[in-house]
Order: sequence, then structure tokens, then C-alpha cells
Amino acid sequence: MSTASHEATDATARRGKAPAGERLADWADGRLGIYGLAKANMRKIFPDHWSFMLGEVSLYSFVIIILTGVYLTLFFHPSMQEVVYNGPYVPLQGIRMSEAFESTMHISFEVRGGLLIRQIHHWAALVFVAAMLVHMMRVFFTGAFRKPREVNWVFGFLLLVLGMFTGFTGYSLPDDLLSGTGVRFMEGAILSVPIVGTYLQMFLFGGEFPGHDFVSRFYTIHILLLPGIMAALLVGHLILVFYHKHTQWAGPGRTNKNVVGMPLLPVYMAKAGGFFFLVFGVIAACAAIATINPIWAFGPYRPDQVSTGAQPDWYMGFSEGLIRVMPGWEINLWGHTLQLGVFIPLIIFPLVLVTIAVWPFIEAWVTGDDREHHILDRPRNRPVRTGFGAAWISWYLILLVGGGNDLWATHFHLSINAITWTVRIGFFAIPALTFVITKRICLGLQRRDRDKVLHGRETGIIKRLPHGEFIEVHEPLPQDQMHTLTAHDQPEPLELGPDVDENGVRRKVDRKTKLRAKLSRSMYGEGAQIPKPTAAEHAEITSGHGHH
Amino acid sequence: MKKLSARRRHPLAALVVLLFALAATGGLYAAFAPAEKAQADSAQSLATEEGKKLYSVGCASCHGTSGQGTHNGPSLVGVGAAAVDFQVGTGRMPAQQPGAQVPRKKAIYDQAQIDQLAAYIASLGPGPAIPTKQQYSPDGADIANGGQLFRTNCAQCHNSTGKGGALSEGKFAPTLDGVDPKHLYEAMLTGPQNMPNFPDSTMPQKEKKDIIGYLAQVDSSKSSSPGGLELGGLGPVSEGLFAWIFGLGAMITVAIWVAAHTAKARKS
Repeated sequence: MSTASHEATDATARRGKAPAGERLADWADGRLGIYGLAKANMRKIFPDHWSFMLGEVSLYSFVIIILTGVYLTLFFHPSMQEVVYNGPYVPLQGIRMSEAFESTMHISFEVRGGLLIRQIHHWAALVFVAAMLVHMMRVFFTGAFRKPREVNWVFGFLLLVLGMFTGFTGYSLPDDLLSGTGVRFMEGAILSVPIVGTYLQMFLFGGEFPGHDFVSRFYTIHILLLPGIMAALLVGHLILVFYHKHTQWAGPGRTNKNVVGMPLLPVYMAKAGGFFFLVFGVIAACAAIATINPIWAFGPYRPDQVSTGAQPDWYMGFSEGLIRVMPGWEINLWGHTLQLGVFIPLIIFPLVLVTIAVWPFIEAWVTGDDREHHILDRPRNRPVRTGFGAAWISWYLILLVGGGNDLWATHFHLSINAITWTVRIGFFAIPALTFVITKRICLGLQRRDRDKVLHGRETGIIKRLPHGEFIEVHEPLPQDQMHTLTAHDQPEPLELGPDVDENGVRRKVDRKTKLRAKLSRSMYGEGAQIPKPTAAEHAEITSGHGHH
Repeated sequence: MKKLSARRRHPLAALVVLLFALAATGGLYAAFAPAEKAQADSAQSLATEEGKKLYSVGCASCHGTSGQGTHNGPSLVGVGAAAVDFQVGTGRMPAQQPGAQVPRKKAIYDQAQIDQLAAYIASLGPGPAIPTKQQYSPDGADIANGGQLFRTNCAQCHNSTGKGGALSEGKFAPTLDGVDPKHLYEAMLTGPQNMPNFPDSTMPQKEKKDIIGYLAQVDSSKSSSPGGLELGGLGPVSEGLFAWIFGLGAMITVAIWVAAHTAKARKS
């Protein structure tokens, strides 16, 4: 034994045995190397704002969906074998149905807690996609997608799209009359694809619709393929959030180089852990209060039956809107039919989603900005981006109205034809209108900010001057608010430079550059932003020449 | 006979003969006429008579003075008592105003008056009669078969549990919640407004009864909703609205609350 070892043993003897927690950590570190990971991440700082928790809502709903989904797989039979129902639900007794439907009835009426778990699963799915969309809009309107977060934007977008399709395949599994109508719709859309449509349909359904395969195929896609990809993307998404660090709002002491907030451990661990249970609680409460997808009311799927009010879950509603408002055009040539009434909506469907997804790249290209951004934009300070986002939302919403046109008709006592025509015109007009209005509102708010910085806040105190004039007393803003209101930078629009060079020769400017300059002017040129107050302006106004 | 012969020229003789003749015909009639039928006929004709009066006041302006129809309302010849009982019994007729469709409203005639109106309209031409309780009562119906028939024949307009739906140009299939079984039966029998009719030749009486039985089970005050609130029974649109407003709304409220309560070190 060496001297050092002797000393170490002595030290141990002196301090007594290490506490159990320390020994456990030591054991784990020796095998997993967690010390380095913990050291780097336990004190990771996260900024605080409610809108940063929307992503958490999606994450936790996803976890809830997986947990409840596992329970459902224990009882669900993904089979289209025909059986006769003999369960406790009287109005379906003796009716022929697929085993998929029968096992879902079994889950709903006979499995302990089955209906509650089913409803939690389904409500969580609706909330999951809704939270993803709102989270994405938060990222969009605050410019959180800018460098270095473009890849994470794409990951998030893919999660949204996959979430929609995972939802759709799951909704189709019970093989009820409502979802079967949705699957029939999808089959029709596939059939409308020129040349390959029929082959694709035969491949997917293994024969004529509905065949005997689609439930088991959708089952694999729903529980294995798509959630697997989503889980991988989700991990990547979270790793990138850690790697990039979270964005923060502008404010005193907050720069592009720091993060002001609370450490992950213990504050965010407690908050996030607690928030998980709150999310679970809200979803469980929804599931306990309200029915979702009452398949017993719809009955089993039969291709010869259909119910009115056949809509998909909300996240597919805009595709329903596209098909409902599209005129039934078709082209008949050489004995072949091109079903434009279905094919055009099928093309526009991904375009709607891609339109919002490509914006960050367009914006980056136009601005030519390759700096890193960790400070969020206030939406008003980027009127064109905000206008575009609002226009996209209005576009999405008008399509949702189209998707529910029958319920709008019955509940507002309107003609369904009038609604359809409104949506047709609104499809083109409303986004344009929304863009203009939103941009105007943003500019107005920028003016207001400018006014507040230069002239202070309206106090609501009315003072009468000796000569009888009434004035409202304005109070200068506190320093930190002035900082926050003027922290954003205002890019200069891209200039093409003179038409001719120093030798009088016409410069060649390619079309792409011209387009870029034009877009840049529309985003940052005159009329697209209100110049923020400068220190000099502020000094001049507050130098004290009477009231202002 | 002398007495008789002597007085046959008496001024009152003709009166006496007339009295005898009247008594004889009356007596014979009373003896031979089928008494019950005569009474029923008079009741029937009385109802028809009363019905015609009601008709002239409440219906004739649109349907014509003798039910022949005008450009404001269709002919009622041959629609039958069942159609009258449905239209007037559900308050649809008399119509309040022209429009895409005449909606259900509070009935303004009582059942006795409706029966009189029905008797009058039935007298204009043969048509389906008002069904008996035996026919429309949901008791003894095959509910599962009714559900199957409902999904095949009715759900495409009325929704799979009869919550109603939209038709073109502002017309609609009304909700069947709270509709009297008799009126359900009559609607199937007569096909009011935009509804196709299902006479006994296409849908036998038993099947109509099954459908009524199904609706009594799934779409009445007695029907249960195992999953909690039905949200109108309208499917994914109302579910989506609920998820956004109450689901996500609650999430955001909770998020704001969590974000507002933090371990921030207070400066003062």
C-alpha cells in the first residue's frame, strides 16, 4: 500500500462514509459518465415567459398520448375480420362489424377505464396538434426561427405534419362510419392522381376499397412508424433547444450573448414537472367531462352508408374545406378522366403547409442576414412578417370554415351555398386583406411605441393651465421600458446601387438580385417600418422647452 | 167506414193524411235505416264542416279556397290526414313566412282542431291516414335493426343520431330530438318539404317502428351519453372547438399562471 492510499483511507475514516446519494451518483458516474452531462446542463438557464411553455404543452400531450396509447394497444384488435356484436350496447347488438370496431366497443364499454383512456388519448391528440400549431406561430411571430434555429424550425414543422397524419391514421383505426368516410375521402384523393393514382390506391388498400388490409396497415403506421419518427425528431428538437439555448425577450441586461432566467435545476425541473401534471390534469378533465369520437353513435363502417356532418378532426379540417369549396371540375380526354375537383385540392393541401414553412428561408435570403439572433422580435416591429403570418392564419381559418360549411349553415341559419361562395372568394381575398390590415396595425403600434418613448406615458391626469387650456400630463417612461421599446434593430433595405458603374457602363443586375431588392424594400423600406426614436431625438424633446 | 167517408172532404183531412204519411216514412226509416252509421256520418260531416271553416281562415290564402293550391302553396288534394297532422301538429303550418324551408314552431291549433282540418283535407281525396299508436309506438321495436335502417336511409341528412344537418340553399334536415313518435312516423309516411317519403310499399310499418325505436334510444331525453357531454353530437367540428377553447385555453391559462409564479428574487 502506498502512502497516498493510506492518506485517502485516513480521510475516509475521518469524514465517515459518504451519504447514500453521493455514493449512488458516484456509482452511476463511474459507469455512465453523467457528471460531465449534469455539470453542463443542470444549471442551464431558461428564460421565463408563458409563451415559451406552449412547446411544453405539445411535449407533454405527446407523452400522454404514448402512455394512453400503450394501454389501448392491449385491447385493440387491428383486424377487419367480420364479427357480430354481442356486447352491452343495445342499439348495435346483432350488427355485423369488423373486429377493429368491435374491440373499440369492448374498450369503450367493458374494459375498466377504457372509455376514459380512449377519450384522454383522443383529446390529448387534438390538444397536441393545436399546441404544436400555436407553438409554431409563437416561434414565427417572434422571429425565433432565425439563425441558428432554422433546422429546428424544420424539425418542428415535420413534427406538425407527422402529428397530423398520425392523428388521421389513429382516427381511422376504429373502422366506424365517420372515420371510414374519411378513409374513403383519402382513397378518392389518391385515385385523382393522374396515371399512378389507381396503382397507389391498390397498393395501399391491397385491392378494392375498403378491402381487408387498411386497418392493420394503418395500425402499424399509427403506433410504430410515425410515432417512431416523431420521437426521434422530438429528441433532436430538444437537443437543439439545449444546444442553441432558449431565445429571450429584449430587456435591460439581455443581449444576444447571454440568457437571463432561472436554472434548469431546481427551478425549471419543478416548474416543468408540475406543468406536466397540470397538462395531464386539463386533458383528463376534458376527457372526463366531454365525449369525443362516440363510435357507438356512428355505427360500424359500411361503404353504402354515410352520415351528414362527416368531418375529420380539426387539424385535417382545412383539407376538408379545400375539397368542399372546390368546384367539381373534370377533364375527359381519350377515355380518361382527370378529376380536377379532387386533384387540385390535393395539390393545394401540402402547399398551404409549405407556405408557412418556407418563410424563414425566404426572409433569410431577402435580408441576407447571417448573424445569430437570440433576442426575440416583438411582432409589431416586423410588420411584413407579422402580416404574412396573420394572412396565413386567416387563410387556414377560412378553409376551416369551408370544412364545416354545413354546421355554419345550420347553426347560423345561412345558405350552405352562400358560405361556400364566401369561402371561394375569401380563399383569395381574405389573406390579402388580413395582410394589409395587420401591417397597418403593426405600423400604428410602432408609432405608438415611438410616441411613448419620446413623449412618455399618458397618466390620465388632466391639468388646467392658468389661461384655461386643458392638457394631459405625460410621464416619462422608466429607463428599462425605454430600453425594451428601442432594443430592436431596423434593417436598411437592400440597395442595388447606381445603374451605371464609375466608367459609365450599365451594370448588369440579374433578376434574382432585383427581386431580392424589391422584397427587401417592401419589408424594410419606407412605409414598412416607422423609424425608432434616436437618443438625439429624445434628448431634444426632453431638453425642456415647455411641456410636450 | 161511413164516418171516414163522410169526413174525407173535411178541410183538415189533407193535413191528417200528411201527418200519417210523415209518421209512416219516418217510422219506416227509423226501423230500417242503419242507425250507427248515420250517427258516424253526421259526426264525420260535422268534423269536415268545422275543418273547412278552420281551413278557410288559416290555410285557404295559400292553398286555395278548396285545397286546389295556388302559386304560394301546393295542392292539398290527396295529401291525406297524416300530412295535415304532421304539418299542423309540429307547428310548421300555417307557415309564418315564405323562405327556404318552413321551420318547426309552436303548434297554434289544438289536437281537436287538427283532427277537424285533417278530416276536411282527407275528404278532398284519398291519402295516408293518421297512424295508430300501435303503429308508431317505440315499444317492441328492434332497435339495432332500426339503427341499421336509420344509417342507411336517414343519416345522410339527419346525422347518425338524428341531430340534423344542412341541405342546399338554406334548406336543412331538422334535428329529430324531441319529435313525437307519431310525427316521426307521419314524416316517413308523407315526406314533408324536402324529405323523400317512405310509403309502406318501400318501408314496411315494422321498419318505421324500428327506426322510431332507435331514435327513442339514442336521441331523446331518455338516451344516455356514456362519454360525458355530447357537445351537440355533431362530430369533430364541435370537438375541435372544445379542444381549442377549453383544452388549449386552459393550457394557456395554466401556462400564464406557472410563468407568473417563479422563484424570482424580489429586489425590494
